[in-house]
Amino acid sequence: MLEYARWKYILVVVVLLLASILALPNLFGYTPAMQFARKDRADIDATAQATVEKFFKEHQIPFTSSSLEDGRLMFRFADVPTQLRARDVVLVDQELNRTYATALSLATRAPAIFGKIGLKPMSLGLDLRGGLYLLYEVDTAGAVAQVLESYEQSVRRVLQNAKIPFTDVVVTRVGDADANNAVRVLLPPGGNAGAALDALSKGMTDLTFDTIQLSSGPAVQGVMSPAQIRERQNYAITKNIETLRNRVNELGVAEPIVQRQGNNRINVQLAGVLNSAEVKDILGKVATLEWRLVDMQNNPAEAAARGRAPLGSKLYTERGTGRPVLLKRDVIITGDSLTDARSAPSQDGPSVAIRLDARGGDEMLKTTSANVGRRMGVVLIEKTTETVMVDGKPTPREVTTQEVISDATIRGVFSNQFNITGLRQSEAQELALLLRAGSLAAPMRVVEERIIGPSVGAENIRSGVIALIVGMVGTYLFMAMYYKVFGLVADAVLLANVVLLTALLSIMGAQLSLPGIAGIILTVGMAVDANVLIYERIREELRLGVSPQAAIKAGFEKAFSAIADSNITTLIAGIVLWVFGTGPIQGFAIVLVLGIFTSMFTALMGSRALLTLMYGGRRKLTHLPI
Amino acid sequence: MEFFRKQTNFPFMGTRKIWYGLSAVLMIVSFVSFFVNGLNFALDFTGGVSTNVTFQNSTDPEQVRSALQAAQFHEPQVTTFGSSREVSIRLPPVEGQSSEQIAAKLGEALKPLDPDVKIDPPEIIGAQVGDELRTSAIWALVFTLIGIFIYLALRFHTWRLSVGAILAVSHDPILVLGVFSITQTSFDLPVVAAVLAVIGYSLNDTVVVFDRIRERFEVSRRLPPAVVLDQAINQTLSRTIMTKVVTSIVVLALLFLGGPVLRGFSEALMIGILAGTYSSIYISSAVALDLGLTAEHVFPPVKKSPVDDLP
Repeated sequence: MLEYARWKYILVVVVLLLASILALPNLFGYTPAMQFARKDRADIDATAQATVEKFFKEHQIPFTSSSLEDGRLMFRFADVPTQLRARDVVLVDQELNRTYATALSLATRAPAIFGKIGLKPMSLGLDLRGGLYLLYEVDTAGAVAQVLESYEQSVRRVLQNAKIPFTDVVVTRVGDADANNAVRVLLPPGGNAGAALDALSKGMTDLTFDTIQLSSGPAVQGVMSPAQIRERQNYAITKNIETLRNRVNELGVAEPIVQRQGNNRINVQLAGVLNSAEVKDILGKVATLEWRLVDMQNNPAEAAARGRAPLGSKLYTERGTGRPVLLKRDVIITGDSLTDARSAPSQDGPSVAIRLDARGGDEMLKTTSANVGRRMGVVLIEKTTETVMVDGKPTPREVTTQEVISDATIRGVFSNQFNITGLRQSEAQELALLLRAGSLAAPMRVVEERIIGPSVGAENIRSGVIALIVGMVGTYLFMAMYYKVFGLVADAVLLANVVLLTALLSIMGAQLSLPGIAGIILTVGMAVDANVLIYERIREELRLGVSPQAAIKAGFEKAFSAIADSNITTLIAGIVLWVFGTGPIQGFAIVLVLGIFTSMFTALMGSRALLTLMYGGRRKLTHLPI
Repeated sequence: MEFFRKQTNFPFMGTRKIWYGLSAVLMIVSFVSFFVNGLNFALDFTGGVSTNVTFQNSTDPEQVRSALQAAQFHEPQVTTFGSSREVSIRLPPVEGQSSEQIAAKLGEALKPLDPDVKIDPPEIIGAQVGDELRTSAIWALVFTLIGIFIYLALRFHTWRLSVGAILAVSHDPILVLGVFSITQTSFDLPVVAAVLAVIGYSLNDTVVVFDRIRERFEVSRRLPPAVVLDQAINQTLSRTIMTKVVTSIVVLALLFLGGPVLRGFSEALMIGILAGTYSSIYISSAVALDLGLTAEHVFPPVKKSPVDDLP
């Protein structure tokens, strides 16, 4: 008699049932689709849906369905050529392009009910669904240079306020750093280094100052510690990621991915986006913010007519209206200090709640205490590259635009938290978005770019799935031939393994890439191994004349250590791949690692439960069909 | 169906000099080719140039490819994307040329096909990214081997088996790299994944054999080690072959049906699986034997106690 604990049966049944339900949405497959999102991020309503439907009908583009999903409009098409035709007609339509951001995508064919109860199919990687992959490198040295520059300004101000004479303030490199890391005050020969040190130590707490003696005279310098530099670089990257996320959201792409990669890189994956030039333009836009006081003594209209700003002021135009605005030359703070901006209702109507870091808060406090009742403006400075024809050759040119995006009265003294009021609701929302998305903490550039066309993606899925089916069927036939009934048991267990793996990948939200599909196929091949180890042991025991039921028991027990050992070594390779790999390779590693666990579970528990059920209770068992 | 009706009894240990010789030749050939020919690194590792080109009318990527080749662009990769009027072009890295210069050259090459062709500013994929990928691939390899060495040393209590396993396991990726360098097959990121998977799988076999060696030593401590090793390999032989046949079925399915992206990946796996089967049968245990493996190494000397001598 063979026995197997009842709880183990229950566990196997429950796990497999659950897995089948979770894996179910994957059975329906995907269909080419096109997604519409409103550029102002408002929800799309049924009227708009009808308009777009009519548009497609007029252009004789058949779609299989149109549906509203999370305020976005999704059109499904029968095949990729229809999807591409749809894209071509939408792209040339000015009207639609003004209102909507569109992206090609792959939509699940699973009925909407699955989505409602939170069951989703595996998400597909860019190599399967098509899209744009960008790898940005953040200029972290630039981020440090920026902060040193602001230190330099602060040092000058502190010394001027303390009325300490100095020759110059320079940014320099101290010690074995590979870039500038210090600000140095050069004092005239015989200058009072002690007084300068004193003033600076009190006035600027985030740097530690000391005095040194140079050939030109005494000097005081503040050096950024390696930890401070690292912190600054990390901040720049985190801030840039946040900015990229906000900008990506403006694009209205479904399931965008923006993540840090390694030390100073950020990867961006936009499914269904194929127009890389436009996207790079929006994402890579270098924008900074500046807060300046409004010049209220002079008339901006006059200055604009003259084409020249009065001394101490700069002439700007307001975004949207084109109205001239005069702002003071002195910058209060830059967008660097901004930590958050969101639209919020206030007593005075819609407003944008601003949050600054400590340094920015101090500056703001100083300025506002002296200027209540005056006006303050926010300038958005955007740098974009545009391609122009020079001598018949396309040449990239950097274009800088400076616009005032807000001009409001200072109602009271504030420091690091304040509201910008006097806006309409829609203006408040837009300003908050611009402020949040507007600033990059450090310049960055694209170091890698990949575009996968939707037809390439569809082809990749097709070949991946065919290879999977052929590989599995081949394995099934061979196992059944070689191990007869036991082979069929192994086949059932293998199927359970694939279902379990699919369920895990679906709930983890792991991205399935082509190497990932290869991983599933390999898992099928390798999961067989555990069964083979067990069955070969059973055969060996039978050859030794052991009774069938004892042979099954011994087979499982003796094969266990070999199964465990061999899986752990593959696990080591899989984990290393997971840690070192990026993108699709990581996808392969995830499948490899998960596959080890699912195949151990199914081969050890699942097949034992099944075999015990089949042969455990038979009293006159003399022979095993193995 | 069974591969071997009866328990086989091949003299693997007795003939090990032959297999050492064969392996030595394979390794030398691989290394020579590796250092002479090098690997044909794909864009993943070399960096390169990419751009998108829009034609006025539908166009055939094949035509674009030959036009580029005629204009001295080496190994251009041309694929359509978006609509059939748009193609994406990839080129290997070009030294000392700016994005604009490449755009101008591309323009000249493609004008004959369509005078109004529009070329997006080409993107140059940083060669540094490629360099770093290469470095991290090498580290991944090193860490995998170290991790496995430690695990085996802990598991089998003797460095002799670990060294045997590491030699057998290093043997396989070297052979894969050798074949890739001889055939100049494009070496891309998925191939690295395949090589690491090969290491895992090859070890899998070796470990199953070692597991049996330990078991045999436990049962018959007085037999000469060579005999015990032969027994262990022969007893696991049908499992080794069976597993490899099934894995080969799926890998062949990937190789022939998985599409061009997975070609290199599946080739590396196929070579690696064959090499792994060979090395785990012929190399790993033989090396341990020549390092003087005995039962005492797997089971440290047991303190003499009366109980041991009882039947």
